[in-house]
Amino acid sequence: MSQIITANDLPTGDVVYWTGAGWTRDAREAALVTDTAAAEALGKAEVKARRVIDPYLIDIELVDGKPWPTRYREIVRASGPSVRTDLGKQAEL
Amino acid sequence: MYQYDSFDAAIVQTRVEQFRDQVARRLSGELSEEQFRPLRLMNGFYLQLHAYMLRVAVPYGTLSSTQLRALAHIARKYDKGYGHFTTRQNIQYNWIRLEDGPDILADLAAVEMHAIQTSGNCIRNITTDQFAGAVAGEVVDPRIWSEVLRQWSTFHPEFSFLPRKFKIAVTATEQDRAAVQWHDIGIEILKNAAGEIGFKVLAGGGMGRTPIIAKVVREWLPAEHFLSYIEAIMRVYNRYGRRDNIYKARIKILVHEIGIEKFREEVEAEWQQVLPTHIDVPAAEVARIAAYFTPPAFETIVPPVAAHEAALKADPAFAHWVARNVVAHKVPGYAIATISLKPVGGIPGDASADQMDAIADLADQYSFGDVRVTHEQNLVLPHVRLADLHAVWRKLVEIEVATPNAGLVSDIIACPGLDYCTLANARSIPIAQDIANRFADLERQRDIGELKIKISGCINACGHHHAGHIGILGVDRKGVENYQISLGGSGAEDASLGELIGPGFNDAGVVDAVEKLIEKYRAIRQEGERFLDTYRRVGAQPFKEAVYG
Repeated sequence: MSQIITANDLPTGDVVYWTGAGWTRDAREAALVTDTAAAEALGKAEVKARRVIDPYLIDIELVDGKPWPTRYREIVRASGPSVRTDLGKQAEL
Repeated sequence: MYQYDSFDAAIVQTRVEQFRDQVARRLSGELSEEQFRPLRLMNGFYLQLHAYMLRVAVPYGTLSSTQLRALAHIARKYDKGYGHFTTRQNIQYNWIRLEDGPDILADLAAVEMHAIQTSGNCIRNITTDQFAGAVAGEVVDPRIWSEVLRQWSTFHPEFSFLPRKFKIAVTATEQDRAAVQWHDIGIEILKNAAGEIGFKVLAGGGMGRTPIIAKVVREWLPAEHFLSYIEAIMRVYNRYGRRDNIYKARIKILVHEIGIEKFREEVEAEWQQVLPTHIDVPAAEVARIAAYFTPPAFETIVPPVAAHEAALKADPAFAHWVARNVVAHKVPGYAIATISLKPVGGIPGDASADQMDAIADLADQYSFGDVRVTHEQNLVLPHVRLADLHAVWRKLVEIEVATPNAGLVSDIIACPGLDYCTLANARSIPIAQDIANRFADLERQRDIGELKIKISGCINACGHHHAGHIGILGVDRKGVENYQISLGGSGAEDASLGELIGPGFNDAGVVDAVEKLIEKYRAIRQEGERFLDTYRRVGAQPFKEAVYG
């Protein structure tokens, strides 16, 4: 199962994903993890740099060639509340 | 309504400045997340699925219209235009930015509000009857003693780091609208034959993964010893409550493990140690606090009120709303109106900023500026003249909070669930919406009568599913949402723990199952029986057969 790195932006709390060069709000722009240990180390470094909190790896599948979470909890984080489709990333991205 | 004195104002203002400094130090890197996390939680800032969530305290569920407008302002300026009223009579905002946190707390402080005691292992927001000070049959306004508890518990140094969070509820009527038997400490205010005020004190109740109904620690506690006795309970819990296992840390586990007799012995012994410390509140101080809850200047009205009677006859929709959402006031000519935040298909407990503003205006115009939050996630205008009810209702219709469903099948408690909460295993809100839509026909709802459905998205039971006539618990079954049904719970004066009836269902299946349960009830009920009464009379078997065959 492929994975990507997710976290929350420190000042805003927004859900973010690692692109390989920085953080994006769009899971579809995330970079696939190729080295788990390196990804975890990167997460710790980004926390230390005060950019994000609570980084962790999530399972994804490729949809139209782009990553998308497989677990429902992560789909909600990547999209927004299922009961308010006018809010969150599903409405903004 | 209580108004801050100089101590309250100083405490809250100081807290705002402390938090401003803490956030700045966090963002500059001076504080690590590990260091900062307990500080933000002590100020009500959680990290949830989409962003930071801020939980604002509404002490004993009482709001002034000014405060409600401030909550609307926060929803509009710092969130996405709405808030969510909770089963703790608080309000939560789901899309908060940490960097806005200090300004939000400052805006709250300006209207004598804060987010203290909404997180952490302290004594949480004190809850009580949403009809306090308005309903007939009340021994005394329970907010007086709730306020005593609030002042005593806020930043109490001995009880700021308890083994686990601690919830206290107070009621002063025979009908329990505060679910006191489900609390760490439940307090029933009583009056004895001599006309003296006292308390029945319960302890060890709670929901979560180990649901237990509270037991009576003392049948009668004289009013003058209120705080010393509560302090003795807290001390016993603080000393013996487990800190090695978060799942066994609540007072309910302690009371269960050592037994209520031993627990009572410990409390009574500790009380003798506490008594000489003179912690009890002098009668003059109680009177000072009570003065804040002096009833407003009600008019003398002799019912029937012609305008009200005429409106009832002329407008059937209004009459239905009155029959369901309005209850008698202790003062003739007045009424208590429940504002349903459960429109059919809506999100239980959510209110937009515009709705909050409009309700604040209604409170000013028709209810002495007084608004209440219920633990069932509705709002209340506690003091409305009967002659004004029709005008109030018309405005509520206009802002879409006039569903005449208080206590009916669509008046569902639902936690935020997996749509918002990091702890959730399953969604709660869509299940509530689907059930409400299935029973959208209000005539059918009225025929079913009182039915309390309560839905939690995880075992922590924020949706009170253990106390639901029909309780629904969402779980994660191999990555798929699954919903277990329990029957026979109650959060009222006839408190009981719901019993699981069998294997769970998927999201569509659980709505079908609820409908089958309700149709079985309609088929076998006797005259005047609520769903809960029928269940208690016949037991689970007929209902299991209806659902599982």
